[in-house]
Amino acid sequence: MTQGLQSIAFEQSPYVVSSASVVGKKEGEGPLGKMFDMVETENLFGEDTWEAAESTMQKEACLLAMGKAHIDKEDVRFLFGGDLLRQGIATSLGVEQFGIPMFGLFGACSTSGEALALASMSVAAGYGDYMLAVTSSHFGSAEKEFRFPLSYANQRPLSAQWTVTGSGAFLVGKKRSHVRITGITVGKIVDFGLKDSQNMGACMAPAAADTIERNLKDFGREPDDYSRIITGDLGYVGQSILFDLMRGKEIDIKKNHIDCGMMIFDQNKQDTHAGGSGCGCAASVLSSYVLPKLERGEWKRVLFVPTGALMSTVSFNEGASVPGIAHGIVLEHC
Amino acid sequence: MRLAGADSNTESLEGEGRVDRKKQQEAYENYVKRKTPVHNLPANMTKAFITGGIICVIGQSILNYCEKIGLDKDISGGWTSMILILLSVILTALNVYPRIAKWGGAGALVPITGFANSVAAPAIEFQKEGQVMGIGCKIFTIAGPVILYGVFTSWVLGFLYWIGKIAGLL
Repeated sequence: MTQGLQSIAFEQSPYVVSSASVVGKKEGEGPLGKMFDMVETENLFGEDTWEAAESTMQKEACLLAMGKAHIDKEDVRFLFGGDLLRQGIATSLGVEQFGIPMFGLFGACSTSGEALALASMSVAAGYGDYMLAVTSSHFGSAEKEFRFPLSYANQRPLSAQWTVTGSGAFLVGKKRSHVRITGITVGKIVDFGLKDSQNMGACMAPAAADTIERNLKDFGREPDDYSRIITGDLGYVGQSILFDLMRGKEIDIKKNHIDCGMMIFDQNKQDTHAGGSGCGCAASVLSSYVLPKLERGEWKRVLFVPTGALMSTVSFNEGASVPGIAHGIVLEHC
Repeated sequence: MRLAGADSNTESLEGEGRVDRKKQQEAYENYVKRKTPVHNLPANMTKAFITGGIICVIGQSILNYCEKIGLDKDISGGWTSMILILLSVILTALNVYPRIAKWGGAGALVPITGFANSVAAPAIEFQKEGQVMGIGCKIFTIAGPVILYGVFTSWVLGFLYWIGKIAGLL
């Protein structure tokens, strides 16, 4: 049923039946390296192009997620998936062979939240027993599309983030597991007029602040009601801005906030500047690090808030601002 | 959004709203500027000086050698540029040049080696998209503006030089 202004509280909460994460070499060498299901040391994943490599990651992540739950692809009713590339080709070409009816999504780096929200709504509404939510990003394909060729010589600003090569797939369904999605808060597009696409944390922080505040109000909760509030890829710059914005709203989330973009790489050793980013960042960290903690009951309830910077190379060249969006997913141990 | 027939009062309020929004955006931009760490300028300039200096020393050595073995000045200059470009392209292919530029910044970007890198890098990246639509169309995506405005500027200067000559100023 609807909850507050932007949220839904499920009467029959769907379960996260299983999930899988597939990442590249650099992510495998990072602090969470051992937790991912699959680490490929060759960033082309045996393919010829970055785009095909990204598709392969999505395919592998879906296969792993379905395999873990012993669910056949025929049993998955709908697939919700998206990525950062133009027209979402990484997803289309990656999941094509499964033949699962699918919805292609774009929410920039918040796509994992968008996919999980729609998948859980569909299960809760009784439109199917299992839904698959999948998303990915690849450093090579993202740099090529949004910035420069990989071997171009330039200096990245300290606010720049490193696109995660990774994919996360989540099987949401009616079959019992130890994690359920009890509610969602759908985010608004929030634009503070910033135009610097090399400082995405600052572009997305206002959206994260808005969604977190909305979620707390809609559900009548305090930050302490969540074991953790987990943003997707605000990075170091974005996190400090988020804290300031939340302080302005008189909400203190400093104690229990973590950010996937800050966890996936070692900022000092891996030269990733402000942290990781990309759809694959939040998705792979959710699957490898957050969900296991919920399954074991170490955390009782978390708010997962993947954040997206909504821009294209055209909008950037035309001087448009970079608005942000963030979706809130409430995950609980059960 | 303004509705037809809305009274002037609403309009002025909307106008104020727009100004407020602009002010808020500026305030946020300034705040973000304060919050965002930047590279240390003196350190970066020193590194650029060293890197650019070394590239120029290499260029000068090639030039001196060419002249020493008896080539004339223009041909020596040609050889110098070509060898520097070749070195840069090879280092780009080996993924070494980006590392030099990461440390040396503008010191590696401004000399002809940086220009060569900016042509070689797209050629490598877009090769997968084919000889025509890939390399052909995209090889100058970074260097293109430099070439266009470089040629245009020399045309303007040439024109001024020509006018100056006619007017007897030069």
